[in-house]
Amino acid sequence: MTAVLPITVRDLSFRPGGRIVLDRLDATITSAGITALIGPNGAGKSVTLRIIDGLLQPDDGTIRFGNRLPQDVRRALVFQRPGLLRASIARNVALALVPWKLSRQAIAERVDQALVAVGLAHRADEAARRLSGGEQQRLALARAWVTEPELLLLDEPTASLDPGATEEIERLIVRMARNGTKVVLVSHNLGQVARLAEDIIVISRGQAVEHGPARRILSAPRSAEAQAYIKGELPWIAFSETRTACSQP
Amino acid sequence: MDRLFRNAHRVLTTLGLLLLAVSPSSAQAQRAITVASTTSTEQSGLFKHLLPKFTGSTGIEVKVVALGTGQALDIGRRGDADVVFVHDKEAEEKFVADGFGVKRHEVMYNDFVVVGPKSDPAGVAGKDIQAGLRRIAAVKAPFVSRGDRSGTHAAELRFWRDAGLNLEAIKGDWYKEIGQGMGPALNTASAASAYLLSDRGTWLVFKNRGDLAILVEGDERMFNQYGVMLVNPARHPHVKAADGQRFVDWLVSGEGQKTIAEYRVNGEQLFFPNAGAAERL
Amino acid sequence: MMQATVAETFAKLWTLDKEVLAIAWLSLRVSISAVVLGSAIGIPAGAMVAITTFPGRNGVTAVLNAFMGLPAVVVGLVVYLLLSRSGPIGTLGLLFTPTAMIFAQTILVTPLIAALTRQMIEDADRELGEQLRSMRLSVGQRARTLVVDARFSLVVAVLAAFGRAVSEVGAVLVVGGNIDGHTRTMTTAISLETQKGDLPLALSLGFVLMALVIVVNALASLLRSYAMRTYG
Repeated sequence: MTAVLPITVRDLSFRPGGRIVLDRLDATITSAGITALIGPNGAGKSVTLRIIDGLLQPDDGTIRFGNRLPQDVRRALVFQRPGLLRASIARNVALALVPWKLSRQAIAERVDQALVAVGLAHRADEAARRLSGGEQQRLALARAWVTEPELLLLDEPTASLDPGATEEIERLIVRMARNGTKVVLVSHNLGQVARLAEDIIVISRGQAVEHGPARRILSAPRSAEAQAYIKGELPWIAFSETRTACSQP
Repeated sequence: MDRLFRNAHRVLTTLGLLLLAVSPSSAQAQRAITVASTTSTEQSGLFKHLLPKFTGSTGIEVKVVALGTGQALDIGRRGDADVVFVHDKEAEEKFVADGFGVKRHEVMYNDFVVVGPKSDPAGVAGKDIQAGLRRIAAVKAPFVSRGDRSGTHAAELRFWRDAGLNLEAIKGDWYKEIGQGMGPALNTASAASAYLLSDRGTWLVFKNRGDLAILVEGDERMFNQYGVMLVNPARHPHVKAADGQRFVDWLVSGEGQKTIAEYRVNGEQLFFPNAGAAERL
Repeated sequence: MMQATVAETFAKLWTLDKEVLAIAWLSLRVSISAVVLGSAIGIPAGAMVAITTFPGRNGVTAVLNAFMGLPAVVVGLVVYLLLSRSGPIGTLGLLFTPTAMIFAQTILVTPLIAALTRQMIEDADRELGEQLRSMRLSVGQRARTLVVDARFSLVVAVLAAFGRAVSEVGAVLVVGGNIDGHTRTMTTAISLETQKGDLPLALSLGFVLMALVIVVNALASLLRSYAMRTYG
């Protein structure tokens, strides 16, 4: 896990079709726990996440993982809803291993392990598209699990789930973090952020405006944007102590 | 089933190649020649009667591509056939003169007839083709023409010309050029109760007559001469010259001529062998 | 007279006339081969156009869509000129053979299959593309995954192409020559027999052809509902 730290983002710019989405964004992630990216819609959180994953290429700027180049880092990206094939659960998880060119036996073993980890092993042959929202996200996490990522990136993973399913997914995320995977999470759910995150980066209008320990940011944000956002999400909050995360390594 | 789909690419190509290979007529072992002939000859059923005898005697299979005379000669010019067997003397002689054919041999003749509605509104019935055409033009009776560069079409145009009629000048709505073969022309004439020049052979096997009947026949000018030519191997070296020449020779031989004469439709003889008649002159 | 014709037709069908069978088999063989080859070329080509970007992509898409409706006679004429002894690949001596017919029909159906594939894979890519790219699948792996996932729609497209091939007469007539016993298909035979005024044979062949097309369409429907039921 520490093999990816510190994650150094320098001068990141992204200007699709002339529109400025990321404007020389700087951030350095050193914490081993879960890092959360929060901020208003359109701030650039999802784009930043995708650039860290390598799914998008920035127009300017660099990302370093320790002193390693990005292409050497094994990363997995989980979306709000997974793209599912018209096939079984097992086949959908095995999809993540296609670029690895393993033997059929090796694939089957890894898929089985991942399904056991997320609690879907007994349903491996069922049609994936018939799963409930929560089950589909468990499948998505199994996909991530099966590639043994060093860095796990999640883009609002529980936004479409009910509280019960949300709790299941959060438990799995925490588990992967405990196993040594560095986790970066984009979320609008500040309660979730409070539960899981060790540190928070606040992103507003394409820039990182604040970065600090989760507890401090949520109770006493310094930047105007952070204050406005958090107050906007939790209007009752009076910037006092909130429940702390229990994800200390 | 899923695994099948995943390997579909390989399955498909194998299947495709298999199908191509397992084809009855990829038996290249059989000797065969390609003969370009006319639709009217094929539709008369002559080939079904004639060819098995030839193949039986020689072991050479004959594949007939049946089109209009113009097209058949064109195929010969391009070298896509080994033998050309049509019924348009002028065009055939030009074919040989231009170097595409080796030698023209006369084989047989059949005749044309004029068919029309039984009631014969234009009063053409009789033995004189030119008089009949003049009558049709005079009353502008509906007339169907093949209009397709075929031997029959060429003959039709000759008859109009020899009757002293300038077709281009007198053409009108009554003269329907359909650009198709003998069968469709008969169909059209039957449907429209129109007059039509047809070869006797196609008429005899035609089943959709409506109220049509033969009105003019027996005029010597309506005899339709068939000629056969080997496509010139000097022009197209790949032509199966030996086997093609055997077919030509067989057609004008005693056996071939007898077989032609024996062909009957509804008890009537259709083709009259006359090979060597021109050469004897 | 209509009644006599219909009666004769059913008699011919009932006794499974050997000639009718041979003709039907040739039609099937030619069109199935053409569709198989057309799919082997058209599906990968369509899929690649769907998921890659390259200069002129819009032009290629437009051309594919336009060629979906290539008139069969035009294809027949072009192939005829190519295969004629006086033509560029005449030395192969393929004119007036079933191989030429397969060649012509393949040219006819490949753009159709490619264009339909492109459309379907483009839609599939919209749904799954980001997921597949995030999993670092190569272009080829993505294309294959999307094609397999869209398999039911693609099979329906292939069946449509088969319907088009088996029903056309323009191409097979010109390049095959309608040679009795060699290159006579259901469609060329129907046109010949109709010309001769021999309607019972033409009609019986017509019924066989229609039955075939109906069966193929029924298969397509069944596949669709199976897919929905099984995979959701």
